[in-house]
Amino acid sequence: MRLARSQEPAAFDFRKPTPGEQLIHFEHLTKSFGPKRVYDDLELDVRAGETLVVMGGSGTGKSVLLKCLIGLMRPDTGRVLFQGHDLTRFTEEQFIGVRRHVAMVFQGAALFDSLTVGENVAYPLREHFPDMPEDEVRQRVAEKLTLVNLPGTEKLMPSDLSGGMKKRVGLARAIATDAEVILWDEPTTGLDPVTTQSINELINSMKTKLGVTSIVVTHDMVSAFAVGDRLAMLANRRIVQVGTREEVRRSTVPEVRAFLDARRAELVPGGAS
Amino acid sequence: MTPQVEAGATALPEARLGLVERAKVRLESLGALARMTGQVFSRAVRPPYNWSALVYHTESLGVRSLPIALLTATFAGLVISLQFGYFLARFGVQYTVGRVVILTLFRELAPVLTALTVGARIGSGMAAELGAMTVTEQVDAIRALGADPLRKLVVPRVLACLLVMPVLTVFADVIGLVAGALVVRMQYALPLEQFFQGALDAVLLEDFVSGVFKGAVFGVIIGLVGCFKGLTVEGGTEGVGRATTQTVAVTSVSVCLADFFITKLTLYV
Repeated sequence: MRLARSQEPAAFDFRKPTPGEQLIHFEHLTKSFGPKRVYDDLELDVRAGETLVVMGGSGTGKSVLLKCLIGLMRPDTGRVLFQGHDLTRFTEEQFIGVRRHVAMVFQGAALFDSLTVGENVAYPLREHFPDMPEDEVRQRVAEKLTLVNLPGTEKLMPSDLSGGMKKRVGLARAIATDAEVILWDEPTTGLDPVTTQSINELINSMKTKLGVTSIVVTHDMVSAFAVGDRLAMLANRRIVQVGTREEVRRSTVPEVRAFLDARRAELVPGGAS
Repeated sequence: MTPQVEAGATALPEARLGLVERAKVRLESLGALARMTGQVFSRAVRPPYNWSALVYHTESLGVRSLPIALLTATFAGLVISLQFGYFLARFGVQYTVGRVVILTLFRELAPVLTALTVGARIGSGMAAELGAMTVTEQVDAIRALGADPLRKLVVPRVLACLLVMPVLTVFADVIGLVAGALVVRMQYALPLEQFFQGALDAVLLEDFVSGVFKGAVFGVIIGLVGCFKGLTVEGGTEGVGRATTQTVAVTSVSVCLADFFITKLTLYV
């Protein structure tokens, strides 16, 4: 079910992209925290309909990239272009329109402790569409929870849920407004292999069922290769390689090689040699 | 929206900074608090109003703080009545104790002691609650879902403090006075009628109003400091603990400072 045109907030004009066209472009981005520089002239583009995985070690600023896109952080210099709009010039009020189309699934799910699962999923609907009838809100909540394989959990509290279930509810909340772009911050970190697999399937199903564009930030290489159409490696304050799974697998870029070999050594002791 | 102090904005812990850098961080923090204060009040007067949250926080802060406020006021009333009763007897004007007690309570002790005790409790509570939401990215989530954390989290809490503190001050006035009257009656055999008659003869409406006004100002300070410290938490759960203790220290000092200036203002203007 799509939202009626009259319910669209006026602040940001989103146009449905054709698959494969450039949707987002990070242009000459720099970002520092005090004396620590995390980006230095970072360049990256994201195409409509794809799942782009951004890999990198801990503390390399992977999550910061997502936060710069959704306006939770601002880059020091450079531009973040979304369908040609320079988001770095947007005010906080203008970003509200962007956040109707770009949703984020947080690392720890970031569900509101004091609200039920149903209220959590209904939250963005009530914010973006305050005039939406309560029946429709309930219907959409049930629909989104079914989509993430958690039907009938509306009355549960976040404390009643496992880590994987929380991530699913976080996703249901993120897609409640039919967002076209989903940002995944470490979606499989801290989950067991079976739950990781189900989250990977969920990310893939978002693309096939809803046609959304996803940016996944992770250091989990198994997940990265399971969900990514393209993979980007963030190291030394910039993107050192972007390519398809095969291109990255055969990469000779030292930072990528080191990351892949370390992961292989972790899975198969002695496998790196 | 939220105070624009991004997590990790200061890469080094304050303890490891030099004197100049530390002063700079403190000044920036003060500037951010001032900016947040302006943002909170500009949102508070513009719709949409979050009435249900305001009622919830007013009830929750007010009802839960009542016992500690009343207990503090009771002992304040007891102690100052004992002290003044004893020393005024030396000058043979023991019958004036009601006058002194009511003025001390209404103008100074009730609002200040209530702010210090209740403020420490609710200010640190707010800092802990919002701090936990900040480190678990719930505040970021509020923004990412298209809402305004200041409007959702801060405005109702600050307004609730603004409403609750004057009411608690009035309760403290009454309970402190009654406790004072009782102890004077028991300790110095001064009739209750004489105590209250002296008190009511001495007190002016402006004495009562100045105390209630102080309560309102202290309430705003407590709410703003507690919320600001919570929203600017850095360093995970350890940072939350640090924010709560800082909130108690900052609100206490701010209340004492504000008390001096309001007293000066209400006495000489």
